[in-house]
Amino acid sequence: MNISIIAWIILAAPLLAAALIVLVTRTSKPLAAGLAILSSLIAFVGAWILFGSGVTGDYFGFNWIDLGKGFTIPIGLSIDSLSRTMLVIVCSIAPLVFIYSLGYMKEEEGYWRYFAGLALFLFSMLGIVMADNLVMMFIFWELVGVSSYILIGHYFRKDSAADAAKQAFLVNRIGDFGFMLGILLFWITTGTTTFAGINAAIGTLPPAILALAVVLIFCGTVGKSAQFPLHVWLPNSMEGPTPVSSLLHAATMVAAGVYLLARIFPLIAASPDAAEIIAWIGAITALGGGILAIGQDDIKGILAYSTISQLGYMVAGAGLAISAALPMFHLFTHAFFKCLLFLCAGSVILGMHHEQNIWKMGGLKNKMPLTFIAYMAGMLALSGCPGFSGAFSKDLIMASAWEHHQAIFWFLVIAAGLTPFYMTRQAAVVFFGAPRSDAARHAHESPMVMIAPLFLLAIPSIVAGYGFFQHHFFAGVGSLEEPEHLPHIVEFIFLGAFVVGLGLAFLLYRNRASDPLRIPLLSHRFYIDAIYDWAVANIQGGFARLCSFVDRWFINGVLVQGSATAVWFLGFCLRFLQVGNLQAYAFFFGAGVIGLIYVLLTVH
Amino acid sequence: MSPLLLLILLPLVASLLITVGANPRRTALGAAFLNLVLSIVLFARYDLHQGGWQLVSEWHVLPQLGINLILGADGLTLTMLLLSTLVTFSALWVAPKIEKQEGLYYIALLFISAGVIGAFSSLDILFLYSFHELALIPTFLLIGIWGSGDRQAAAWKATIYLGAASFVLLIGLLALYISMPAEIRTFDLRTLNQLAASGAFTPAPWIYLILLVGFGTLVSIFPFHSWAPAAYASAPAPAAMLHAGVLKKFGLYGLIRIALPLFPGAMHDFNGLLILLLIGNIGYIGYVTVAQKRLDWTVGYSSVMHMGYIFLGLAAMNLISFNGAGMLMFAHGLSVAAAFALCGEIRQRTGTLDYAELGGLAKSLPVLGLLFGFVTMASVGLPGFANFAGEILVFFGATYSIAAYGNLMIIAIVIGVWGVVISAIYMLRAYRNIFWGPIAARWETLTDISLTARCSVILLLIPLIIAGFYPQFILNMVASALPR
Repeated sequence: MNISIIAWIILAAPLLAAALIVLVTRTSKPLAAGLAILSSLIAFVGAWILFGSGVTGDYFGFNWIDLGKGFTIPIGLSIDSLSRTMLVIVCSIAPLVFIYSLGYMKEEEGYWRYFAGLALFLFSMLGIVMADNLVMMFIFWELVGVSSYILIGHYFRKDSAADAAKQAFLVNRIGDFGFMLGILLFWITTGTTTFAGINAAIGTLPPAILALAVVLIFCGTVGKSAQFPLHVWLPNSMEGPTPVSSLLHAATMVAAGVYLLARIFPLIAASPDAAEIIAWIGAITALGGGILAIGQDDIKGILAYSTISQLGYMVAGAGLAISAALPMFHLFTHAFFKCLLFLCAGSVILGMHHEQNIWKMGGLKNKMPLTFIAYMAGMLALSGCPGFSGAFSKDLIMASAWEHHQAIFWFLVIAAGLTPFYMTRQAAVVFFGAPRSDAARHAHESPMVMIAPLFLLAIPSIVAGYGFFQHHFFAGVGSLEEPEHLPHIVEFIFLGAFVVGLGLAFLLYRNRASDPLRIPLLSHRFYIDAIYDWAVANIQGGFARLCSFVDRWFINGVLVQGSATAVWFLGFCLRFLQVGNLQAYAFFFGAGVIGLIYVLLTVH
Repeated sequence: MSPLLLLILLPLVASLLITVGANPRRTALGAAFLNLVLSIVLFARYDLHQGGWQLVSEWHVLPQLGINLILGADGLTLTMLLLSTLVTFSALWVAPKIEKQEGLYYIALLFISAGVIGAFSSLDILFLYSFHELALIPTFLLIGIWGSGDRQAAAWKATIYLGAASFVLLIGLLALYISMPAEIRTFDLRTLNQLAASGAFTPAPWIYLILLVGFGTLVSIFPFHSWAPAAYASAPAPAAMLHAGVLKKFGLYGLIRIALPLFPGAMHDFNGLLILLLIGNIGYIGYVTVAQKRLDWTVGYSSVMHMGYIFLGLAAMNLISFNGAGMLMFAHGLSVAAAFALCGEIRQRTGTLDYAELGGLAKSLPVLGLLFGFVTMASVGLPGFANFAGEILVFFGATYSIAAYGNLMIIAIVIGVWGVVISAIYMLRAYRNIFWGPIAARWETLTDISLTARCSVILLLIPLIIAGFYPQFILNMVASALPR
């Protein structure tokens, strides 16, 4: 089979599944789930075939819009080393989450809605991965937004879930505002929206224009990858079912923003100003997310802020403008261990009968030993334990920062110390110590359909950082060389950050009944959410009310009523016509026609 | 017989049958169905290679005054006719049981349909104008007799407002006519276009301003918009669907047909004004919409706001933006009609559209909620719906003309793209407040949307999605009306 057909099958299968589920199989739980899982497996097989083929090229493009005179909006699939690697990540993780959902969502209603949403989500993500131009990417970008809206709002009867879904969509749209302007700016200055075309035209763009356009496009990443200051939607998105959080945080949605940066990497590399801004946003997000993760009590909330922090690393890695492989490598390892951690959290939540507060848990390593083992693999990988996948990719970003940007380096190193700290806090409170509630005393291990994906993910979480993977997955994407003259002290700093973070947290949280470190600033998320809520209610709401007031009392009241008074005779005449009186209208119309004919007659 | 004349006559004949005692609903639906099929056939059979005016026929009504009924259609006309017949059929189908003067109700709707079809397919300016009047008057009746809320005041306001706008428009059209040298005076659009293109006749720029105010008010251009939300909130659902979906597009159609070919210079000179006004439509009205507390007012104001995008398409004055404007006319017509249909369905069940009183309805009305979700996504311009294709073309077109119109155009684009965020703010809030969250006990027992109403909304959504995936089938037609 040729590559073009395989690529299109990968893309079409989940869309077809979503459509069939909505249109046909709404009443059948097994069919809905079966279709979604089947489509993800088809994508899985297709992705690995494409990966194995090693083919590069643009396939089966057609013009979605063609106005003639040279204006077209093309749709085409681009297969290269970057998209092949990303395809493998997305399509390997998706089926695991889909299958895990079988167990997790068993008792839930809205089953068809859930699986249709998952399939749509996969479809949208695959479209982003294979898009060969900015407009196509934007189209699928928006579709990712709506899929997340459907899935985060799955429990829409809860106010909190309904609000979270709405917020996720709106915050992403704010980012997309910049993204769209960036697309328009690139188009008007280079005459094209394809990645190949824009890359070819880099040299012709004035630096200021290039920087502005790149930063505008980057706004899309800030929204989708939950970078400061648009990160607020991501912790709230935990209102969705846990497998959704897992998919959202690992391979889809948030990864899309980083992938976009890798796609436009030549542009970032060509614009030092834009790169500087991107690196700083990433570094601030990495540190801020890490600090806030310490203050969370919700098992998923901790992981959510951890995702924000890790995404900060990836974005900072892109902003260092060294190699597109740098952020992608961390995205790759992070996808496995973060997906694993969320699925473990889901297993814990199910075992705890939907209790999510870690201070109600404790001692779960005995009740849920399999979940515990898998969790430890993910936790150590995320914490940057030497030998685990996360350490390779994270250290590489930090080492590059040491060489190219010292200030960014220190931000990232502090965040690297925070990572083992908050993860050890979570592990110590959830799995060690004594049970803190009845639910924890009676917790049970999850069914095999949920455990199996955990172990399938634990393996890459450990090994995905080694040279074998670096070579096979990133050779074509970009260089993953360590800086040549890296002093040993830097490696000591990495190790020190890990040991200190882990050790401090262990001492602090071991066998605690309640949180010894209760900081209002952290549990209130730096008050950023509160400030935004206030701004939306008062600044935006106030402006809207002002407009509405002006409309009602000035434009409608003074202008309209005023001019109505000025032409009072018209109103006076009309008073004879009762509204609803057909004859009066007919008379009015007739009089108009007669007047018209009179005018015409005099003109002739 | 000219198929276009048949399209106009069928609703009128059906009205006649109703007055002599035929079943109003069935007769009206029958005529609307025939019209729908006929317009689909005409749409499909339009010869794109040949282009230009087709199906032209001419009747000399008062030749000594130069009044001739000339009917003809190009791709844009047929797109608007398809929109008209789709919305007409859907509006009649979704109409609830009428207790009071059922016959008159359906006759009024049929007259609107005949009027808009006539207005879109007339090549004679005088008939174009008169057909529009024919469609306008029944709208007032529908609001005044079958409306809800403060219907008398709303009908009154719309009557004065649109009556005045029509009057201004008439003055403009007559001024255009009189300003021609006596020996070449004509109402025939084709001749006028030729005269303008050859440079034989250049009308005075001030006439364009009169036309802009006249046509613009009919489209609720800022600041002449305040009739629209009030009228739509009071109007019965089918009337709101027909007016907001179809009749309102007449003003835009008129600008494209008359102002664009006859006043290219004036449009260029006064473009700054148009851009300022459309910024008012998108930015200012957008925030007014955000402040609304009821669904009918939200949808009403949003339809005012979205006109700003179509005006942006006109103001950008290039092929890309005109295509976008045409696409948006079609897309907005369908999506706003679907929104008003669902508004009516909710109001019938709950008696209120106030956000504070509603909530959680997706539990008792799952299908209505699903359909409303589709309409929400269409109106926020999600890819996959025709609205997105139209908006993005307008943005590209506007960007293209930055070179010609400078900073003001840049401001319009930035506000326009921001408007996409504003739309999402108020539409998602509407959806969340009405369908999501916990449900109040008194809404638990509502019955879900009927099969009839369901189908009539789906009838509107299908072309919206087809055009969203394959916009070319509309764009090819729209392009046939634009200069090559």
